[in-house]
Amino acid sequence: MKISESFVLALQNIRASKARAFLTMLGIIIGITAVMVIVGIGNGMEGYMRSMFQGLGTNTLTITMTGSGSSRELSVDDIQAIVDKNSSLFTALSPTVSMRGTVKVGSESLSSTSTTGVGEQYTTIKGYDLEQGRNINYVDIVARNRVCVVGNYIDDIWFSGRSVGQTLRIAGDKFTIVGVLDQQEDEMDEGGSDDMLLIPYSTAARLSGQGKPSSYTVMLADEDQTDFASDLLEQELYELLRSENAYRVSSMSAVLDTMTEMIGVVITVLAVIAGISLVVGGVGIMNIMLVSVTERTREIGIRKALGAKERYILSQFVIEAAVISALGGIIGIVMGFGLSSVATVAISTLLEVEMAVTPTIQSILIAFGGSAAIGIVFGYLPARKAALLNPIDALRYD
Amino acid sequence: MDQQKAPPLIEFRKVCKTYHMGDTVVRAADHIDLSIYEGEFVAIVGKSGSGKSTCMNIIGCLDVPTSGDYLLAGRNVGEMNKNELAEFRNEKLGFIFQQYNLLPKLSVLDNVAVPLMYAGKNRRERREIALHALDSVGLADKTRNLPSQLSGGQQQRVSIARALANNPSVILADEPTGALDSRTGREVLDLLRSLHAAGNTVVLITHDNSIAATAERVIRLEDGRVTFDGPADSPASGVHKEEVVGQ
Ligand SMILES: Nc1ncnc2c1ncn2[C@@H]1O[C@H](COP(=O)(O)OP(=O)(O)OP(=O)(O)O)[C@@H](O)[C@H]1O
Ligand SMILES: [Mg+2]
Repeated sequence: MKISESFVLALQNIRASKARAFLTMLGIIIGITAVMVIVGIGNGMEGYMRSMFQGLGTNTLTITMTGSGSSRELSVDDIQAIVDKNSSLFTALSPTVSMRGTVKVGSESLSSTSTTGVGEQYTTIKGYDLEQGRNINYVDIVARNRVCVVGNYIDDIWFSGRSVGQTLRIAGDKFTIVGVLDQQEDEMDEGGSDDMLLIPYSTAARLSGQGKPSSYTVMLADEDQTDFASDLLEQELYELLRSENAYRVSSMSAVLDTMTEMIGVVITVLAVIAGISLVVGGVGIMNIMLVSVTERTREIGIRKALGAKERYILSQFVIEAAVISALGGIIGIVMGFGLSSVATVAISTLLEVEMAVTPTIQSILIAFGGSAAIGIVFGYLPARKAALLNPIDALRYD
Repeated sequence: MDQQKAPPLIEFRKVCKTYHMGDTVVRAADHIDLSIYEGEFVAIVGKSGSGKSTCMNIIGCLDVPTSGDYLLAGRNVGEMNKNELAEFRNEKLGFIFQQYNLLPKLSVLDNVAVPLMYAGKNRRERREIALHALDSVGLADKTRNLPSQLSGGQQQRVSIARALANNPSVILADEPTGALDSRTGREVLDLLRSLHAAGNTVVLITHDNSIAATAERVIRLEDGRVTFDGPADSPASGVHKEEVVGQ
């Protein structure tokens, strides 16, 4: 007897009791759907984070001066010297000084606007282009000029697109607008990345009373050399400061890696929890198959009297369990896809975040293989029970 | 007489089957010797508990003797493993049960085809042979029905068709008329007789003497022993006498 005959027998039996087969599958269906959607969400989250971080620049390193552990305080020139010395690794440098203080246009306060003191290469590092006017230049920095480059939102909303030459106030000080940046986001919002001001870092440091900038952004020639460049920077800084606590070098790509790893852990844990429902589903299959073997004791006896070998009975029942389970797996996969697209739409409308919930091919293959395997594993015990039935006892059973 | 010279198809050599029920030992078969030759029509009769089903299980390769040898078609069944027993049941034996024992979810045609499937025949062969067997029991028009849609007599005829399908050496019928009224019972017996007339070896197991009288030869069992073995029309067979007494 061929194995295909066992499949036919299994399908006949499943067809003869559809409702029971479906209820038996339910555990598997739910488990597979849950695993797929969870893995899909994780996948989507990772993709979303990656695109966010790409915007922030994964080809940069950030140096933060903590000011502790060393008697020496580094100047912008010190850092510039390091960058110049390794010009094959580093292509640009900008100090960054964040400013607190209300921005006012006329008598209106712009509470969500962020103000950053930057160097002349900051726009290059960030990949910002100018829409109008000029960038902050060397002269502005040396002279601590009170000039600023504004984000497109400010130009649009507060100056109707004619902001160059106009003035605004930052913490009470009057600044002249010299340039407008290109629009960053598709839809400009208050507090978004178009609602910001750039001023010379030297001006920012003086006005906020910080002295030397405490943070620098360095652009890398090659993103793949992030680790090497980061090590080199740390080494150079250590030589100057002689304390590991006085500085910190961090890269967006390292942060991204850490975040990805964290998401991975969370998703794995969730998927394992969802996977437990697969085991529960498997136990359900075993339960039903045991009932089925008992119900069909007489059938088994008849089949044996007619010449069925133990292995035919075994394969008939194992295949029946595996087919039920695999069918559940297929339904679960279809539902997983359905639910994933629903989740994608729901997330984008409710959270206004473009995050595609996309189940991975791996998770689908694992889910399907796993469900079939669960059927085989949990179907084996009942099938063995059936196969080993004594034909005389089985024939007498009713 | 030359029939007697050929080796027997079924041969019991001091076959014993004992069951232990606590302290007591039940001898369901007690040193039974018998030979059944190809083409014979034999009835095994006896009162309830005399060991008929025990013999039938052994003849049917569903059970093996506790001691003694059982040879079917020249092979010692006691020495075969479970797989070989299954193969032997499939090739050599056609069972007809009192309760028909059809598979309720399969059509009549599929029921008849079950032993053919285990014999490794492909779909087309199965269909062809099963149709032929159903035709020979007069049920060619019921092939697509479920067993539950047939009368008892028709169901028993399906089970006869199933027993015939794989062209077995022995047709083994255990109380085939037990669940039928006397008229349909007669029809089934006539069918068995015609199978015998066509050259099949038929072993009929019954407690009913009048049914045993249908056969050529009677083997009477009492407490697991053979007390008579001879032609049905011999006065010592007891099958006619009791029938008269019964009426
Ligand atoms: N599995 C068993 N365990 C214990 N004793 C058994 C078993 N099977 C049969 N026996 C005993 O063996 C003896 C013969 O039983 P068997 O079933 O062969 O009788 P029978 O002639 O078929 O009777 P009936 O006409 O009632 O079917 C009986 O005493 C019975 O109780
Ligand atoms: Mg009996």
